[in-house]
Amino acid sequence: MKKIIKITISVFFIFILVVFYLSLNRSSNYDTENLVGIKLSKIKLESFESNKYFTNENLKKNNYTLINFWASWCAPCRIEHPLLMQLSKEANLKILGVNFKDKKNNALNFLNNLGNPYHYLAKDDQGKQSIGFGIYGIPESILINKDFVVIKKFIGPLNLEDFDEIKKITNSL
Amino acid sequence: MLSNIGNFLLFLNVLLSILIIYNSYNCLKTSNNLIFRKIYKLSLFQSTSILICFFTLISAYLISDFSLINVYQNSHSLKPIFYKISGTWGNHEGSLLLWAIILTIFSFLFLIFNNKHPKNYRLYTLIIQNLLIIGFLFFILFNSNPFSVISPVPNEGLGLNPILQDPALAIHPPLLYLGFVGSSIYFSAAMASMISNYNDKPFAQSIKSWVLISWVFQTLGILVGSIWAYYELGWGGFWFWDPVENASLLPWFAMTALLHSLLVLEKRKAFYFWTIILCLLTFTLSVTGTFLVRSGILNSVHTFANDPSRGIYILIFLSIMISASVYLLFAKYKPERNYISSNSKETFVLINNWFMMFYLLTVMLGTLYPIFTDALLKSKISVGPPFYNSVIIPVVAVFLIFMAVGPQAKWIKNKFTNLKQLLAILIGALIINFLIFYLLKSYSIISNLIIISSLFLIISSLIDLFKKTETNFPRILSHLSFGFLIFFIGLNHNFSIEKDFNLKLGETKIIDNYKFVLKDLELNNKTNYKAIIGKLQVNNMMTNEERILNPEIRIYENPQTLTYEASIQTNFFKDHYLTMSNIDRSEYYNIKFQEKPLMIWIWISTIMLSFGGCLSFFRNEKNN
Repeated sequence: MKKIIKITISVFFIFILVVFYLSLNRSSNYDTENLVGIKLSKIKLESFESNKYFTNENLKKNNYTLINFWASWCAPCRIEHPLLMQLSKEANLKILGVNFKDKKNNALNFLNNLGNPYHYLAKDDQGKQSIGFGIYGIPESILINKDFVVIKKFIGPLNLEDFDEIKKITNSL
Repeated sequence: MLSNIGNFLLFLNVLLSILIIYNSYNCLKTSNNLIFRKIYKLSLFQSTSILICFFTLISAYLISDFSLINVYQNSHSLKPIFYKISGTWGNHEGSLLLWAIILTIFSFLFLIFNNKHPKNYRLYTLIIQNLLIIGFLFFILFNSNPFSVISPVPNEGLGLNPILQDPALAIHPPLLYLGFVGSSIYFSAAMASMISNYNDKPFAQSIKSWVLISWVFQTLGILVGSIWAYYELGWGGFWFWDPVENASLLPWFAMTALLHSLLVLEKRKAFYFWTIILCLLTFTLSVTGTFLVRSGILNSVHTFANDPSRGIYILIFLSIMISASVYLLFAKYKPERNYISSNSKETFVLINNWFMMFYLLTVMLGTLYPIFTDALLKSKISVGPPFYNSVIIPVVAVFLIFMAVGPQAKWIKNKFTNLKQLLAILIGALIINFLIFYLLKSYSIISNLIIISSLFLIISSLIDLFKKTETNFPRILSHLSFGFLIFFIGLNHNFSIEKDFNLKLGETKIIDNYKFVLKDLELNNKTNYKAIIGKLQVNNMMTNEERILNPEIRIYENPQTLTYEASIQTNFFKDHYLTMSNIDRSEYYNIKFQEKPLMIWIWISTIMLSFGGCLSFFRNEKNN
């Protein structure tokens, strides 16, 4: 009996120390990089204009789709916007914009003033759909291929490096 | 230059520790009960040199010597002098140096003040404490050296984090560390006690004062931390069950349990091994807390960087500490045969310990669970206030009743002769509770239970205060203050009012009984930041009270940071708390307004609680 207690206590401490050790090598920040390589087989986003939904059906004909989460109230979204405008001209790439927790009028004004790069425009009023994509701040963009596998995640506004990378990937076809 | 002095002193301290251990080991072999004078001298020299080492770092901050990475990263030549000094321990490396200082000074003080106790016990304590010191000095020297240099020397520092520029926060780490690290000495003493078979009453007496000191500082440290969160962070509360707050609370529970079990060990020679376990547990939890905070595996306001190599080092240290203490405990453990009546003071103390262990386990589970799920299942979760509130609060109600009844029980065998009095107190508590809730019109079963039980404790402590037979004033004061603390927290929690809305300049908003007007916005240039100061007029239309609150948005340059300074007006009855934050690209400001009753009494009760501990310390010193 005494032995069992000793073993239990020792195992308990070893367990805690091992867990501490394991967690040391993990980033404590909420991170969704593990999304890369995962297949998004159940995309369902409400259309911005109508009551319809965008699903995998709508996207399967695209070679590459960039899902971009944005809002009119988000300043960094304005910074990346010109890059999105240029990307929208890429042949192998379609852009799906998800308007995040925004007011419809403000969002429309934003697109009228700065241009509309989105081939598909969806909305997420509550921010709940975006959780499924591992979004925790905007802007964020997810590049997926024909098979809906996530190739790359971009956290924060797209910069020139990201821009070149996206072009390189989509032009490699 | 300063870097060389600092490094030299750190190495010198390692050497001194080794010498102390070597000499103590030799001294153990002698047959008389005298400790070599050399050991005293070495120990004094060690304390002095580590203090000089710390002053070296402080002077580097004072003269803004940016050739030290630590100063470069955490200071700025324009910082006010007070914050230059407090910046010394406001960062990882500096705070570890503070750790080493407290370890060293406590080691010296324990050696000189416990001269009535046998030589072997004191020497073993000294050896173990110095092993801890060496461990920490190595950590400082090879991983977190505050004296590391940078070349070329930068012209200007990167500045102290502005949320750390607060007087409460300047004294928060030293206070908390005195508690945290102070517990090292009874960790060492407990180990020494097992090795040298020095136990029961004399052992209890040798550590009691140290437990009290660390308990008082731990309590004050937690208090000041929560004052900082309330006034500076602008979260509108004083306790958030943030993992790092929890890390400071865990050793506090263990210490509080230890404080009580020592009474039994002293009076009745019972619970020896349990007391030893609590001694070991307290310091282990302190180091675990340091590990959690410093390794950056917790996400919290306290973690500014994530550096696994620091974590590895503390983890190795922790593992050695735990294995050594568990091994020794297994080797020395003998079941105790004490007859303890189920109705006696001993049992009540034991009940206190059960409650403390319950709180400790609950808070530990809530703190570690997210780490476990993340490491093992790779899922991110966080445990929030609802978990702690629903598990802990109902139990507190029962705990308070025991706190009122327990101290009146007699040692060995108790008889409740004052049942009528207890009943009268209970009825009194019920009536006051009824009046409070009837007049203020709010109802929740849990709040009522908390208020009733805290009133029960308050009234019975007050009665004790006027009894001629009862002489333990410090105990009464601490229990009374704890009763008040819970009472005020209960009322504050229940009757707080919170409003959240957006307002632009010149606009008026009416919510329930309150009218808010944003009268003016003023831009102010201060030495190290710019401030936008709002002038908000708040009218309570029921009572016709009118007040002006001036929340600030501060823009700091180095590093560029925005902070929101709450405007808080405190009086004896309630606090008015208002924060203002800008909304991106909008002329509106987000306003959070809170009316929090009796806030100041929460601080006062906690100060009285630790004051009780302080008095108990002096009483204990006088009696021995």
